[in-house]
Amino acid sequence: MTLFVEQCLNGLQFGLLLFLLAAGLTLVFGIMDLVNLAHGSLYMLGAYFAATFTAWTGSFVFGAVLAIAATLLVGMAVEVIAMRRLYGRDHLDHVLGTFGLILFFDELVRLIWGPGGRSLAVPPWLNHSVAILPGIEYPAYRLAIIVVTLAVAAFLYVLVMRTRIGMLIRAGASNREMVGALGVNIKLLYTLIFGLGAALAGLAGLMQAPILTVQIGMGENILILAFVITVIGGIGSIRGAFVAALLVGFIDTMGRSFFPQLLGDLLGRQAASTAAPALSSMLIYILMAAILVVKPQGLFPAGSR
Amino acid sequence: MTGALTLRNLTIAALVLVLALLPLYVALTGDRFMLTLFTRIVILAMAAVSLNLILGYAGLMSFGHAAYLGIGGYTVAILCFEGVPSAFVQWPAALATSALFALIVGALSLRTRGVYFIMITLAFAQMAYYLASGTARYGGDDGLSLESRSGFAGLINLSNKTTFYYVCLVLLFASIVLVWRLTNSRFGMVLQGVRSNEARMRAIGFPTFRYKLAGFVIAGTMCGLAGALIANHTDFVSPAMMFWTRSGDLIVMVVLGGMGTLFGPVFGALALLFLEQFLPAAISAVVHPFDPASAARAGEFWQIVLGPLLLVVVLFARGGIDGLLGALSDRIQRARKGGHG
Repeated sequence: MTLFVEQCLNGLQFGLLLFLLAAGLTLVFGIMDLVNLAHGSLYMLGAYFAATFTAWTGSFVFGAVLAIAATLLVGMAVEVIAMRRLYGRDHLDHVLGTFGLILFFDELVRLIWGPGGRSLAVPPWLNHSVAILPGIEYPAYRLAIIVVTLAVAAFLYVLVMRTRIGMLIRAGASNREMVGALGVNIKLLYTLIFGLGAALAGLAGLMQAPILTVQIGMGENILILAFVITVIGGIGSIRGAFVAALLVGFIDTMGRSFFPQLLGDLLGRQAASTAAPALSSMLIYILMAAILVVKPQGLFPAGSR
Repeated sequence: MTGALTLRNLTIAALVLVLALLPLYVALTGDRFMLTLFTRIVILAMAAVSLNLILGYAGLMSFGHAAYLGIGGYTVAILCFEGVPSAFVQWPAALATSALFALIVGALSLRTRGVYFIMITLAFAQMAYYLASGTARYGGDDGLSLESRSGFAGLINLSNKTTFYYVCLVLLFASIVLVWRLTNSRFGMVLQGVRSNEARMRAIGFPTFRYKLAGFVIAGTMCGLAGALIANHTDFVSPAMMFWTRSGDLIVMVVLGGMGTLFGPVFGALALLFLEQFLPAAISAVVHPFDPASAARAGEFWQIVLGPLLLVVVLFARGGIDGLLGALSDRIQRARKGGHG
């Protein structure tokens, strides 16, 4: 029972973290119609920035704030220098161009930070466990991630649904020519949206950093998961991304922790312990394939485009 | 493509000649490394040629093509591991498994389009990747070594590097001829029609789904054969050969060389692997006069040049190498005509 609650919370935490990545992807997808493979690189940069800035300032919070600002700036720079030229082109061009950016960023990180990984310690004031239910303890840091990501999700909801910028974002998603014709500075809007997506990716990266090690290529695996989420949820739909992210987070976490037992009864312990992680990873892709076969536009198709 | 003596055709002829005579050069200089490198180029060129059939001609943006390399390779490696070393079993099995995988993936994913198609092909390749890393019997993440190369009952000895190179080269040319015949057939015309306007093709009565699926399966099967070759080349298979970045590499080859052209993928494979091999040394040479101490290290960071290079190709040279050659030959021809008139 303890394990089950714990794993539920882990699934929730991982799902919410994935949502941060997927939200940026789906915004950029939905509004600029851009497939951005380099999103994982921004996640990686967020983690590296946080490791460095935390070491400089000596405070995790300051480090995190600086890291988010830095990824925001990098994202906006990438948009102005490279992405802007890719809008309106073939998806193939997006895939190739941003694939090139991945190579560039991986190498750049290796040049600046060296080939070895970095580690970022959990801040001392979060390095303890909290009793969430009588008898069930849960690490405070993971709980903090849940709180922060939920706050960000709420912020995104308010931003997109209740503010003028959000109105423009939604308008841009349904008809960008018209928004431009009405006198909105669409270029600036796109740069801001891309920067916002980058900052969200950076936030996800820096929060994940104390749990995993900070290393080159850390963005590549999780990027594909984020893509799976945007596709399951329906490209361009933030609500869809939220639902799909939780779904994927739960399935992945539950698969990893309970598949070995289930399989153990079928295959024997030895085989199960090696096969379970692979099978639970496959489970997500099977889920995605199944959903796309039934609903080729994802669970929450956004708009008519 | 015309039979005229244009720059493009001359370059293609030169490329074929170089590929055919490479073992002679190796025999003269003893540069065994070049033979290994070119065997790899030829095999990956074959994979790129197969991807070009669906990506270049039919406009199907498959982002999971490396899966077939892995499936073909794993079929050979697993059969070898289970005590079936004969190529007469291994290779048809590799073709059959990759064809079957392509049939399943194609039947499901061709129902979607656009980004969804890119992502679902990617998802299937990732499934194959995780399946391979989860099967402990065949090495899991660590991969599986081949005890011996595929045997042809004493007829062909694949352990001889020159023989193996020629086997790969013949198969590469065979696949180019196949793609050439296909694209000039009615079938290929329909595929190219689908690329430009699928709705119109359907409206004039072509069941486009079937044509696309057939193309998808042919491409997957061809790539499965390339996978069988690559397993024999490296004597080793691992899940890493199916990771999504490998599929990205194949797309890069096709686009770098020139999509929807017969020899483009070969140019692309050659260019990418040459960059991979020689860009580090080139960077070191450039850095050396300024900072001799770090010149050797600077070469390690060759991808920092390759990445933006890709972006530049995408932005400014959509036709790839073949397109550049075509444009150059046109310019030369026009200049010559202008000179006469």
